[in-house]
Amino acid sequence: MTEYTERLLSESPRKEAADRFRIVWLVVIPLIAVLSQVYVPRFIPFLAYLELPLLITVHFALTSAGPIPALFYGMSIGLVQDSLSHQPIGMYGIVKTLVGYFAASVSMRFDVQNPVVTFILAFFFYFFHQFFYWVLSRALLGEALGFDAQQTVIFGLLNAAVALPLFRVLDKLKVAS
Amino acid sequence: MDFFLSRYRHLTVLLIVITAQLVLIAYQVKTNKDIPLIRVWAVTAVTPVETGLELVRRYTWGFVEDYFVLLHVRGQNERLLRENGQLKIENNYLKAELSTADRARALSVFQTRSPSRTVAARVIGNGTGANSKVVFVDRGSTSGVESGMAVVTPDGIVGKVVEAYPTASLVMLITDPTFAAGVVSQKNRVHGTLKGQGHAECLVDYVQNEEHVDIGEWFYTSGDDRIFPKGFPVGQVTASPNGKSFKEIYISPSGMQGGVEEVLIVLQGVHQEVPGGEVASPSYNILAAPAETASQTPQGAPKPGSLATDADRLRAIYKDVGVEQKHTYGEGPPGTKPPDFTRIPSIHGVPAPGSVPPNAAAQQPSAGRPAAAKPAPAPAPGQAQSGQVQPNQAQPNPVQPGQLKPVPPKPPAPVTAKPKPAPPDPDNGVDDPGASPVRRPVAPPAVPSPATNQ
Repeated sequence: MTEYTERLLSESPRKEAADRFRIVWLVVIPLIAVLSQVYVPRFIPFLAYLELPLLITVHFALTSAGPIPALFYGMSIGLVQDSLSHQPIGMYGIVKTLVGYFAASVSMRFDVQNPVVTFILAFFFYFFHQFFYWVLSRALLGEALGFDAQQTVIFGLLNAAVALPLFRVLDKLKVAS
Repeated sequence: MDFFLSRYRHLTVLLIVITAQLVLIAYQVKTNKDIPLIRVWAVTAVTPVETGLELVRRYTWGFVEDYFVLLHVRGQNERLLRENGQLKIENNYLKAELSTADRARALSVFQTRSPSRTVAARVIGNGTGANSKVVFVDRGSTSGVESGMAVVTPDGIVGKVVEAYPTASLVMLITDPTFAAGVVSQKNRVHGTLKGQGHAECLVDYVQNEEHVDIGEWFYTSGDDRIFPKGFPVGQVTASPNGKSFKEIYISPSGMQGGVEEVLIVLQGVHQEVPGGEVASPSYNILAAPAETASQTPQGAPKPGSLATDADRLRAIYKDVGVEQKHTYGEGPPGTKPPDFTRIPSIHGVPAPGSVPPNAAAQQPSAGRPAAAKPAPAPAPGQAQSGQVQPNQAQPNPVQPGQLKPVPPKPPAPVTAKPKPAPPDPDNGVDDPGASPVRRPVAPPAVPSPATNQ
């Protein structure tokens, strides 16, 4: 095992500050993310591709103490999204529950402080989120939705690019709190 | 079981949560019912914030946005004003082109249908002088234009050529104060002289106050001035009050409505009939035909076909006196004793002092009635209905209709002695129905003029 691998698999410093992340931000930040998703595209339509609730879920999972808080956090954000959509409640909840769980599990193994790892994880979970939501829509609701893999990849890259500065800002917010 | 739950606690919780949500979805799909409680919570939590955000946006970013929008609107307004001005100019240009095309087509049609020979011209400029109403047209002597030619449009007369240059001509408009032309009204055939006044309307002068001219009545050229052919419209009467000695008839020239752009110069004019109109004042007294009874026939009245005028009768009396006194007129040197004219009878049948030869008395013409007031057995040329002549219309037209240029003396019309004047038509009061559709007592014979220009 190389030094780089050891550093990647070492304990994340974000874990140490997780308890300092106040409960207020745990409510306000997802709310802002959901609001931005339903409000900003009214005026800037091309920002509809931005999945801020997913990025917030991933960031919380990566910084959380374990998978259980992360999956509940993801489930909560997903249910709020479901509540503001026309779909049955639980679709985004299941997907974001899985994302929170897997992201928290991954954060136990990798140094998510690395921008490259952050970028890859953000892209992967975006693709996983979209794909699994498509699977659930077809399997549970019987909707014949199409899945544009190319567009999903592009949007995944864009979301991953947004995740880098967003995670940096959230980290600073956490430390300041 | 406890071992499994403690070892796979995270996975167990995940499965429970996923299963719970799957059940929730299955319930919603199966029962086609929603979970309103969760949605109400979410919406209640989100929408107030969204409303606040919208208010903040409206009063902050919206204000800034409106400011920039207004800045953009200001620039856009200026750009639209410029475009609007350009479009107006283009629209006016196209309208002018269309109007020019319409006028040109009307001129062409009129030129084709008019019997007069004309040449089209375009007004190219105005003459100098504040009060003068003259324009330059682009046709000159090289096009056959001469001074004194009439300038008309399909709507009416415009003016006359006062100067003809090689490539242009100077046209005096009918509104010029020095312009004059002979005109005649449509209904009552009232003759007058059209005079320009220097403004939009013209005056018809020399019309007696007793004449009847209606407002809106049309005036046409009468052909009296030897410039404008007869029958061209001049304009409509706008006012005709009585003046000090003549009526003050103002007409609105019809040929200059909307300005003068294209005109026709009449190279050779042809008189036309003035369109007939309704007689405004049917005040003609058509006398009934005299009854030819023996009691009313004056003594010595000539038989039909015999001597017609007093001069003829006087000549016959003189001839009889010469025969009686054995005197030959025209013979003998100066100083020869003339016949005794004191013994000739009166021309009207009153016996002269002394003896009256019975044959002379037998040949006396009618007496006791003015010749002009009685029906003539044989009407004189140009006076077919002498008994119906009104005083103001007794004067014949100084210019014979149908001619513009000086013409040789017209051969006298053959005297057609009517044995009995036909009774007047009670409908139109005109004996000769083909003479004129207008009730005009003096109907000039329709003699085609040899100088008529086609």
